[in-house]
Amino acid sequence: MFQNMPFWPPRASTMANSVDALYIFLIVVSALMIVSIFTMVIFFAIRYRQQPGQRAEQIEGSHALEITWSVIPFCVFMVFFAWGALIYFKERTPPQNSAEVYTVAKQWMWKFEHMEGQREINELHVPVGRDVKMIMTSQDVIHSFFVPAFRIKQDVLPGRYTVAWFHATRPGTYHLFCAEYCGTMHSGMIGSVVVMEPKDYEAWMGGGGNQPLAVTGEKLFSELGCATCHRSDTQARGPNLVGIYGKPVLLEDGRTVTADENYIRESILDPAAKIVNGFKPIMPTFQGQISDEQLNALVAYVKSLSQQSSEQTGGKNMAAATPQP
Amino acid sequence: MATAVLETGERETYLNKEYGIKSWLLTVDHKRIALLYLMGITFFFFVGGFFALLIRLELLTPAGDLVQADTYNKLFTMHGQVMIFFFLIPAVPAVLGNFLIPIMIGAKDLAFPRINLLSWYLYIIAGALMVYTILNGGVDTGWTFYTPLSTEFLKTNVVTAALAVFVSGFSSIFTGLNFIVSIHRLRAPGMTWNRLPLFVWAHYATSIIQVLGTPVVAIAILLVALERVFHLGIFNPALGGDPLLFQHLFWFYSHPAVYIMILPGMGIVSEVVCCFSRKRIFGYSAMAMALLGIAVVGFLVWAHHMFVAGISLYAALIFSLLSYFVAVPSAIKVFNWTATMYKGSITYQTPMLYAFGFVGLFTIGGLTGLFLAALGIDVHVTDTYFVVAHFHYIMVGGMVMAYLGGMHFWWPKISGRMYPEGWGRLAALLVFVGFNLTFFPQFILGYMGMPRRYWDYSHSPEFQILNVLSTAGATVLAVGYLLPMVYFLWSMRYGKPAPDNPWNAAGLEWTIPSPPSTFNFDEQPVVTWEAYNYDEIKQEVKFAH
Repeated sequence: MFQNMPFWPPRASTMANSVDALYIFLIVVSALMIVSIFTMVIFFAIRYRQQPGQRAEQIEGSHALEITWSVIPFCVFMVFFAWGALIYFKERTPPQNSAEVYTVAKQWMWKFEHMEGQREINELHVPVGRDVKMIMTSQDVIHSFFVPAFRIKQDVLPGRYTVAWFHATRPGTYHLFCAEYCGTMHSGMIGSVVVMEPKDYEAWMGGGGNQPLAVTGEKLFSELGCATCHRSDTQARGPNLVGIYGKPVLLEDGRTVTADENYIRESILDPAAKIVNGFKPIMPTFQGQISDEQLNALVAYVKSLSQQSSEQTGGKNMAAATPQP
Repeated sequence: MATAVLETGERETYLNKEYGIKSWLLTVDHKRIALLYLMGITFFFFVGGFFALLIRLELLTPAGDLVQADTYNKLFTMHGQVMIFFFLIPAVPAVLGNFLIPIMIGAKDLAFPRINLLSWYLYIIAGALMVYTILNGGVDTGWTFYTPLSTEFLKTNVVTAALAVFVSGFSSIFTGLNFIVSIHRLRAPGMTWNRLPLFVWAHYATSIIQVLGTPVVAIAILLVALERVFHLGIFNPALGGDPLLFQHLFWFYSHPAVYIMILPGMGIVSEVVCCFSRKRIFGYSAMAMALLGIAVVGFLVWAHHMFVAGISLYAALIFSLLSYFVAVPSAIKVFNWTATMYKGSITYQTPMLYAFGFVGLFTIGGLTGLFLAALGIDVHVTDTYFVVAHFHYIMVGGMVMAYLGGMHFWWPKISGRMYPEGWGRLAALLVFVGFNLTFFPQFILGYMGMPRRYWDYSHSPEFQILNVLSTAGATVLAVGYLLPMVYFLWSMRYGKPAPDNPWNAAGLEWTIPSPPSTFNFDEQPVVTWEAYNYDEIKQEVKFAH
């Protein structure tokens, strides 16, 4: 009967092992606590049941005991905290040079776009043994990207990017769920993550002549006229975008922000929000004029300018996104 | 004690002093208001329970085949809203607290009897709005009203549901204010702070949360209604708002609200465990301080509901740490209840069975809370059935168990009648077994990855066995909940008349007749004893039936 009912989902990512280890540790400690408390309650209930001629012994309490059973649990709790925090820290820090998948969630589907330009709906193909970073946004309400086999979950919000990452370790097909209630067909907003051996993945990638996302972005960049201001010569009326991704940017008001995906996104949609030091707020907004997919392409292009400058490749192919066998 | 005698020869009590609808609807007697609340709360408990049963029936099979998707979404939304705002939050304070606090502190009534009645009317107005929402087609926001789903995308009765929650909040605030002022100002001579029963301390701590926290959720919910009606850009990013702002405001109240629900239950359990162990509480001051500690630290942990919502890494670390702080006083309470039984003289009447159940289930609920506070685990199990199981262990396993225990313990005082003990024990057993069968499988289901609020899980048939167990448990639980309602009603007419102190319990409420007269005490009581002075009371629990 238990064949169809495993007690946990498959472990298919590096994260799964660390999360399960802590989970098992917590189960063991909790079971000890539960057994000792239940045993005491049952033992006292039987041992000290009302019997003729026996009176209860009035005991006021004990400061020593109160301190003991505050301090010991507290120390145990701190172990839980520290261990959980270490895992979370790893979960929230995507490694450099991850493959990137731009994700747009909407009622009630998942749209994925790989750096190489492949687009998928409700199905995500990834290679085994590779760090994959999901850069996600929503077109409508809050959704949540949840892959139980990877033990990761991240809410996907409208109006900003959120990020999740994983490193798949076992080929297979795994559930993808929306974990944040998002309306009528919330339970239908499901899909699968297909983890493939690198060579299968390459074969899958090779099918269909797709245009890399950054190339799409570059075309948009010139079509929308961005290049007239954002240039590297002295005529530039906007900041030079080469090499900015991941770097600190000094703003007009003296603050410094890091040029991450959300910063680039905001600068396109709401240019006046953060003016770079030395420039004027002359850029028009692109809010409502480009789709989320086009926005992703632009962000991917701006980011690619940094990779080109740092790696001196000059090519348009996204080195970071090429699967490494 | 001299008591007034009616013409019929019966003793005059708060129940028979006046008759007629008007004498109830315009009463300012805290005991009558408690009974008015009891009716409303019982009604909403069974409405919410009915929704729960439909949810469980739908989940019996993986396919969404019993109701439509939208209907299912309405069912879990209204189950949550009805149970939380119209049952769990008001139940113990408004019924048992209202009835008992003035008596326990030796007062004739609460400090503001008319405001107390106003609280009830607000509750009824809010309840009417909720019933209107249900009858008018329901609402499907989830009880959490998350934006921008609730403000822009749903076409159901969001505004009336929001107003219902808004109005019920004021009922809660007024009750809390009334308790705080009464406990400060109306204690009888000699009833010092360290002589107060822990039931009163628990309500004091609860009232602080109600008064400080409820306005925040009231504002947040009102802003949802305003954004929905006038399209102000508060929470919706498309209008320039921030959806996480709503979550912060909502959980700033709604996490402490968990303590509004559980602290009064802890008060009940302290009274019951002492009485049926014939002992003073172990570590009185630690117990009282733990209640206040939970109330205060409980305000600093709200964002642990948002670890995957998009808050910063460091915010998450701090809220995880603080969540562990609040677990310490909860642990202290469990240890002290257990220690209270040590060298006691224990009997197993129905209220004590519920107290045993409470301690066990609250322990499991609390420990699984430690799983959720651990960031790495929370990422995987949040928004799954693990969370559903966890909070039901606290709210149903903890709070509802305590509420039922308290109802049995004080029913003789409230109604003047004894409930049938055998049936009481059977119901307690059914509730315990049914509860565990319903909710324990959900922990496993959650870790396996079943998201909450899923109408259809035909893509994952591996979830079915556990769901079948859960639904089976829910039917047992339903019987366990229906039984007390039946025999309480039965006992009002056929139960044996209750003596003044059927349990030989300590506390001022047991020194006056059952049921009490309108002004509780014929003369001003003067307190010269500590709480739980069981050494001064005749030892054995006398069986009155």
